[in-house]
Amino acid sequence: MTNNIVNSANITNTFICGVGGQGILLSSKILSNLALQEHFDVKKSEVHGMAQRGGSVVSHIRFGEKVYSPLIEEGSAHFLLAFEKMEALRWLHYLRSDGTMIVNTLELTPSGTEIYPTGLEQQIEQKAGRVIFIDADKLAVEAGSPRAVNIVLLGALSKLMDFPVETWQQVIRDSVKPKTLEINLKAFDLGQAQI
Amino acid sequence: MNKVTLLSGNEAVARGAFEAGVAVASAYPGTPSTEILENIAGYDEIYSEWSPNEKAALEVALGASFTGKRALCAMKHVGLNVAADPLFSAAHIGATGGLVIITCDDPGMHSSQNEQDNRNYGKFAKIPVIEPTDSQEAKDFLIEAFELSESLKTPILFRMTTRICHALTPVALGDRKAPGNDRHYEKDFSQRVLVPANARVRHVKLEERLLELKKVAESSALNREEMGDTSMGIISSGIAYQYAREAFPKASFLKLGMCFPFPADKVHAFAAKVEKVYVIEENEPFIEEAAKLAGVAVIGKEKIPLCGELNQRLVRASLTGEAVPFESASVPGRPPVLCPGCPHRAAFMAIRKLKLNAMGDIGCYTLGALPPLNAMDACVCMGASITTAHGMDKAAGPEEERKTVAVIGDSTFVHTGITGLINVAYNRGTTTTIILDNSITAMTGHQEHPGSGKTLSGADTVSIDYEALAKAVGIKNYARIDAYDVKKVHETIKAETEKDEASLIVIEAPCILRNREAGRKPRYVDEEICVNCGLCRKTGCPGITKNAAGEKSMINSALCAGEVCDVCGQVCRKGAIKAIET
Repeated sequence: MTNNIVNSANITNTFICGVGGQGILLSSKILSNLALQEHFDVKKSEVHGMAQRGGSVVSHIRFGEKVYSPLIEEGSAHFLLAFEKMEALRWLHYLRSDGTMIVNTLELTPSGTEIYPTGLEQQIEQKAGRVIFIDADKLAVEAGSPRAVNIVLLGALSKLMDFPVETWQQVIRDSVKPKTLEINLKAFDLGQAQI
Repeated sequence: MNKVTLLSGNEAVARGAFEAGVAVASAYPGTPSTEILENIAGYDEIYSEWSPNEKAALEVALGASFTGKRALCAMKHVGLNVAADPLFSAAHIGATGGLVIITCDDPGMHSSQNEQDNRNYGKFAKIPVIEPTDSQEAKDFLIEAFELSESLKTPILFRMTTRICHALTPVALGDRKAPGNDRHYEKDFSQRVLVPANARVRHVKLEERLLELKKVAESSALNREEMGDTSMGIISSGIAYQYAREAFPKASFLKLGMCFPFPADKVHAFAAKVEKVYVIEENEPFIEEAAKLAGVAVIGKEKIPLCGELNQRLVRASLTGEAVPFESASVPGRPPVLCPGCPHRAAFMAIRKLKLNAMGDIGCYTLGALPPLNAMDACVCMGASITTAHGMDKAAGPEEERKTVAVIGDSTFVHTGITGLINVAYNRGTTTTIILDNSITAMTGHQEHPGSGKTLSGADTVSIDYEALAKAVGIKNYARIDAYDVKKVHETIKAETEKDEASLIVIEAPCILRNREAGRKPRYVDEEICVNCGLCRKTGCPGITKNAAGEKSMINSALCAGEVCDVCGQVCRKGAIKAIET
């Protein structure tokens, strides 16, 4: 059922990618805080600046007994969480050959162009070890808000990791506005149900 | 109070400033340094300000240091170029209250006009260079920097890079200790008035201080050996240390937290214990050259790349020749573009249509250089637009002069553009200067500045009157127009560039990202009227594309910033663009 690679002696590498405005940095913050709370050494990298302007957003999260570099090396991500399909393919080379990718099926055409490439899902399946496609935007709407897409994807990711559900829920509670909590917890459940 | 929390390097530095009892902090925004002052602003105990530019910021911190209180200033790497003049004077004068100058370099140029290794400034100005390798060190080393600054009366150059500034790593918090806060200003003519008679003495004292600091470097815990397998010895600093650790976990390390003055004895001692010494550092061979000068044989830039940032893969591949090949997929890029509804758009449309040579500057509007607008010829450094345009005008004939404009943002204008405007007027130039005034420092994340009407803390304050300024410096032709009036923008730029006199045009509207409260009435394209001429798409607005069938234009209502912006509607000659009535 699950492919649990987490091992406290080794480092778990999670690569999150998408387009600015999708809530990537919040999701990486939740995962990092979770790992810290579970007494791992954690390092999270992100590049600021282009998120508001429709650019690619990427976050590297590494946790384990002792983490040196804040960057994930190509081909060494255990998990790749992609908020958008083209971004999934763009960053796929960061995934380990035995790693798992979770891909939101959303297609966002880059600003200023009109072409969105076709055949992406086939290319992704060809190159990646294990891929799970999710329509996270639809599930977010079902949970009550299109902005909960990041929590949906975290819910799916959580099934591949070893942390207790209660801990995820508590970190989410500490990270979102109280009035959005119910929607976010529902989004998390819906994401979990996809795996 | 030993709570452990994840902080970015910038947040950790801000926390360090609090714990070190800093009294005054100043900066001008610049990626990757901006969050330092943004976070310091959250501590009431510290006076913090956005200064108009980095030279002002350093001088403000220096003035605070004169009184015996602790002060810091922060900037990106090119900001230190602007602040270089007071940097050298500060080194000669020395620190009374602790003085730390934080430089946040950007190897790989994630958001910069160049990459330059500011460790060299420390050597040039003869002040210590301290480099953290993660957020805990960013906090702890900053506190130590203040102590060193006061014990040896020297400013300190505290050097970080993007991957330290913007990576979140665990930090144990501490309490605030404010040793300087009961001190008072004491005059010291011979120290602070740098007339030649005093300056000659100061230089000698500076060299003496440097010798003392070298002893500190030799014994400081900031520089430490981490012995492992002695077949490979690595000397490293900053984030490169982390990459090297990741790539060669078993090697022996000499980790330099203070790379200048160079701890030559310590390096010799380390080299004697290992078979081969490698220096792994980003950009310049700063440590490498110092090591070689000290007579230690090392391998550095003959293997490690000089350009761009490093990572563990590059480090490992450079030294071992081994690299597991990877193939990245070729997919269309997502270059940054002006936001839907950006008030800068119409100005660039006019510049392109009038076939003008635009000397540009640094800010969101630099994106006007990219396709499809392609409306900028040069972007050099902060404030260079007006001065380079003037230089072009003086070199070219009158015909060419009419074709050149300077395009500059409001914050950049205040930073270093005013001097350029004075130059145009004073030296009888004819340059047309366009200030794109969105009333904020936008690209770095919306910071206040002397034209925005608020301070860093959000308090109301005076705001620059550009019209009065133009008049005061002798520019006779002034116009202020609405950025969203396409026709007016075009006509005004045309009229002013045709004059054989200098002009200042202020094209204003608030940044659209801060104007979301304005009632939204997104536009749509009436497909029955649209003739697919593509003029609306040529504005470059990310909200306008072809429809699914590819034969009409289509507006993404989630992105569209109508009603504030109606640029596409004004450009359409058929009246095909309408507002969605709610």
